[in-house]
Amino acid sequence: MSPGRSKGPQAVHGSGLELSEEVIGPGFENVSAPRAQGAKRRNEWVQLAHDAVHYRRTQVGLLLVFLVTVLALFGPLAAPYTPYEFTGLPYAGPGDGGLLGTDNLGRDVFSRVLNGGRSVLVLAFAATAIGGFLGVTMGLVAGYTRDAIDDLVMRVLDVVLAFPQIVLVLLFVSILGPRVWLIVLIVGLTHSPRIARVTRGATLEVRERDFIKAAEALGVSRVRIALGELLPTITSPLLVEFGLRLTYSIGLIAALSFLGFGLQPPAADWGLMINENRVGLIVQPYAVFVPVVLIAILTIGTNLVTDGMARAMIGIERDTGV
Amino acid sequence: MPPLLKIILRRALLGLLTLLLVSVVVFAATQALPSDTARAILGRDATPERLAALREQLNLNRPAVVQYGSWLGGVVTGDLGDSLVAKQPVTQLLSGRVKNSAVLVSLAALISIPLALVFGSLSGLLRDRGFDTAVSLGSLTLAALPEFVVGIILVLLFATQVFHLFPAVTLLNPNASIFGQLKMLVLPSMTLVLAVAPYIVRTLRASMIEVLESDYIQMARLKGMPERTVLGRHALPNAIVPAIQVIALNLAWLAGGVVVVEYLFNYPGIGSALMDAVSNRDLPVIQAITLLIAGLYVIFNLTADILTILVSPRLRTGLQ
Repeated sequence: MSPGRSKGPQAVHGSGLELSEEVIGPGFENVSAPRAQGAKRRNEWVQLAHDAVHYRRTQVGLLLVFLVTVLALFGPLAAPYTPYEFTGLPYAGPGDGGLLGTDNLGRDVFSRVLNGGRSVLVLAFAATAIGGFLGVTMGLVAGYTRDAIDDLVMRVLDVVLAFPQIVLVLLFVSILGPRVWLIVLIVGLTHSPRIARVTRGATLEVRERDFIKAAEALGVSRVRIALGELLPTITSPLLVEFGLRLTYSIGLIAALSFLGFGLQPPAADWGLMINENRVGLIVQPYAVFVPVVLIAILTIGTNLVTDGMARAMIGIERDTGV
Repeated sequence: MPPLLKIILRRALLGLLTLLLVSVVVFAATQALPSDTARAILGRDATPERLAALREQLNLNRPAVVQYGSWLGGVVTGDLGDSLVAKQPVTQLLSGRVKNSAVLVSLAALISIPLALVFGSLSGLLRDRGFDTAVSLGSLTLAALPEFVVGIILVLLFATQVFHLFPAVTLLNPNASIFGQLKMLVLPSMTLVLAVAPYIVRTLRASMIEVLESDYIQMARLKGMPERTVLGRHALPNAIVPAIQVIALNLAWLAGGVVVVEYLFNYPGIGSALMDAVSNRDLPVIQAITLLIAGLYVIFNLTADILTILVSPRLRTGLQ
């Protein structure tokens, strides 16, 4: 999805950042007592989570994510059949072909649904983590070094941004082949410029603060300042960004499976199931409908939680109750 | 206005530089990776003669820089090479496809942009009322959904299960005008509209709220200006400016979003052509389409930047 498709993180400078300055107090004390102040700052994102949970939408989102995650992680234990065994004729309806009927090869749809969520969750989470690590690193470097490196990093990231995420994955898959590690890596890579921009923006705001100046004056190494002072101060916008990227990762990973470039048959995977069974959509819609709905519930859930966090961060009052 | 021109020229040059780097990425991903490109295309059991012939055709025997130079030279002069599968020039192969995709994307843009502008500004105007709550939650939900999920839900609703109004797959008659077969385009374009509109709605709602809280709107209201003039002359034009960038980004996203939607509906455009080319490892076609899509992104972005400079008085006059 496109880079402009992220609204929340634009409103980065929020109550969260100001709050942290209050908590931290004058710079010198916190340089001499990094441990105590680190513990205090951790309150910032605990506070964010605490505030976010008060929104109805966050609660609904958490419930949706919880339901799908439990189903994906523990579903395989409850499946009546293995995802690979043939239990009936192809495209048998519910009733004579098990709870949700059978798929294009006559395998039990219910068992494959219960087995097919783990891959989406794990791969999407891995891709987001890779993107987060790369993006935060580049964003911190670009935002804190402020000179030519900043220009260079941002210019290179512009080039990655010019490719729609799915197109960049297809480009690399075309010669190297559809390998799961490659897809996770490239999806993560395509997230990194977006995350780097948010990190850089937040860093630019914080780096002029007194406690950073104080640490610099004391001769604390720049790496330690970046990781020990800057990073803990900007966790709120990063948390929101992580939620957003997780939502898009789920969509992208599922879409790539749907296109046939994710897990390969005979694996049970929601995206792949949709691809395999869409020819029989008219006779046996459940083999497509159920995976589609589960992916939808999962992405709606993560997006609701993210929106709740974004609202908590910029301090929108809860006057409408949603 | 030389300063304005200078800024625009600078942006254009940066865009050109990005475009050049984009071409390097496309080339590197397909031809310069440390893998045997010819073998990847032809498979394990290819004969040495065929491998040699393909290496000759794609210039794979020469240094990567030379290969890139001759490829880029071809791109600039409109020669994108020959398709390895169809054995005909890529430009000839893709011209019809590009037209079909352009029709689909334009249709989606023409519907989604006005629709999103109306919903977004009304939502901001009626902040926290029932309409706004419904639009906000609706756009939040739609924004979360991957486009193929939206597309399949539409198919289930309007093609196969609930209603039987529109075809679930696109079977265009290549000999007739595409505009005579608009029924085929309904579901694909609706999917794209629902994928793009939420972002524009959310941006416009936010900027409308910000504008309505500004001093100049309060001033206009206090001096007794009719509400209609306040909204039409002051609020709306200012609220739309931030939306320009988002609209451009979403148009650019449409160019890539068509890949999944065209595959889903079997629509004969560049997206489904890219899918075919990737599964056949048809290198010249892959290079041409990815370059086209990324190039469109750079151009849309550049246009939006220049438009934003031109329509915002602060940026325009600040230069003089």
